Amino acid sequence: MAVITPPGTTDTEIAALRRRYAARHVLGRMGVYLAAVLAAFVCAAPFLWSLITTFKQNRDLYNPENNPFLYNRPATPDHLMYLFDRTAFGTFAWNTLWVGVLVVLITLLLGLPAAYALARLDRPWAGWFGVAIFLVYLVPPSLLFLSLSRLVVSLGLQDSSWSLVVIYPTITIPVSIWLLIGFLKAVPRDIEEQAMVDGHSRLGAFWLAVVPLAFPGIVAVIVFAFTLTASEYIYALSFVAPTTEKVISTGVPTELIRGDVFFWQSLQAATVVVAVPIAIVFNLFLDRFIAGFTQGAVKG
Amino acid sequence: MTDVAAPATPRTERAAARPRKRFADREGALAWVFLMPSVVYILALVAVPFVLAIGFALSDVTTGDPSFDWVGLRNFRLVFEDPVFWQSLWNTLVFTGISMVLIVVLGKVLANILVARFRGRWVVRFLVLLPWTTPVALSAVSWLWLLDSIYSPIDWVLRQLGLLGEPGAPLGAESNLYYLGQPGLAMASVIGVHVWRLTPLSAVIMMAGLVAIPRDLEEAAKVDGAGYWRRMFEVTIPMVLPVAAVAALFGAIFTFTDMAVVDVLTNGGPNNATQVLTSWAFFRGIDGGDVGQGAAIALFLFPILLAAAIAILRAVRRMEVR
Repeated sequence: MAVITPPGTTDTEIAALRRRYAARHVLGRMGVYLAAVLAAFVCAAPFLWSLITTFKQNRDLYNPENNPFLYNRPATPDHLMYLFDRTAFGTFAWNTLWVGVLVVLITLLLGLPAAYALARLDRPWAGWFGVAIFLVYLVPPSLLFLSLSRLVVSLGLQDSSWSLVVIYPTITIPVSIWLLIGFLKAVPRDIEEQAMVDGHSRLGAFWLAVVPLAFPGIVAVIVFAFTLTASEYIYALSFVAPTTEKVISTGVPTELIRGDVFFWQSLQAATVVVAVPIAIVFNLFLDRFIAGFTQGAVKG
Repeated sequence: MTDVAAPATPRTERAAARPRKRFADREGALAWVFLMPSVVYILALVAVPFVLAIGFALSDVTTGDPSFDWVGLRNFRLVFEDPVFWQSLWNTLVFTGISMVLIVVLGKVLANILVARFRGRWVVRFLVLLPWTTPVALSAVSWLWLLDSIYSPIDWVLRQLGLLGEPGAPLGAESNLYYLGQPGLAMASVIGVHVWRLTPLSAVIMMAGLVAIPRDLEEAAKVDGAGYWRRMFEVTIPMVLPVAAVAALFGAIFTFTDMAVVDVLTNGGPNNATQVLTSWAFFRGIDGGDVGQGAAIALFLFPILLAAAIAILRAVRRMEVR
């Protein structure tokens, strides 16, 4: 950082100026760190509390006099074990997983070609069509759940996780198309033209040249779509009632609470066990999402 | 159409190229084939159910008797006569309005923190993303325990500080505040959870927007001698405004249409003080089995959402123009 000094300043004044700038710099850095730590704490606080709770013994937990942030009795993994061994949590997790994987597959199968058509095939209506599809993303489940649950009944899929496989792509496809348009546009046109000069058809160029290059973006879309399906609540609550067919987002709040009996430690363990891996994977792709949203918005 | 030869190309070459122009090369047809599955899917499972929802609102369909009989506006009349509907509508608007403002302001602050370079950035970003990436119903369970009526650690801290649980303490002599049991506190809690879970999303959207803003503009203003406040109001804010609008509207839509937070935290209580349109529609339409009334309630979301969607569209347009 260059310090501009008016002519005639003495060395001591320059030194004082330098110190002031250095002090300001240090203060600025401290401010950044302080803000970062504060933000991280506020965002993570409920989960920290969940984490502490998970390993507490009942007699420690249910005593309002105890310091809730300390282990007044030795920590125990019993409630974590209980979650996996004695509750249907494993079933919920498995249902969430396979429903999510199938939904992601359907989303890519339908969304990738659609995004390519809108990003590259130079249709004059591609712009507003893309925006129209994006607006579908904003049509919320709360508006559709009643008619969709009638539809699910008429398909004979009520009380089955398959109903979610059929319905969830309505949420994931629009937003994935939007993101994919951005990622596909980032692939240089020359590469695809070169592939066509080499004798591939437009379709072949798309599959052999564009898709591999856009692959990192596609992975980001996979993560995003999976997170969306894992978080969905209203559809899962209205379509599926039996325990064995439930997914995590409805299973944990409805099945781990029996009447007025709350399995607090196991419940909190479930939130942490689900929250941490999703956030880690999401964090890996954060920069890519930001890139995707910007391309979609700015160059769309 | 970049792969079609220009008119200047000799005839022979064009004739040779023609047989190679198979179906897979015809862009117009290909575009439709590529788009059709998504379009058909969305029409079948979004557009049709939407029309169906309007139909249900004008019919007497119930879970027990799914036959469709036209009843005109009876459902709407019944819905209007119920004070809980007005309470829900009011709550929905209050929750959305207050959350939206907070989400945008805090989202901007958080975005500034997240773009800064410092050691341990990865961990901070991970912790900050938690509220947004965790399934809503699960983070609501986490909050349910944090705000527990007896074992809330917040109450414990307040008690230790002497602010609660003693005669004459500023927050009352009772040993707990009962966050989810008092109408005012319950509403504040629901708003708090919404702000907490959507601020990271708003921050990510803002980051996307901040990345797109040319940096040199602000530096140019600085060189031209514009002070901090002048730069703030004449450069930074106008540049950030469209992005902020997008973040605000996303936040608004997600708050507006969510029922997981209310359902898990308060179940609409105490005494419907935190009931929102979606949870009320769910209660009437699924739990109560009166699909017609449920649909009529849910439809009230639509005009407001439409306005929000148009506003988003205009904000995005303004981003594109720049």
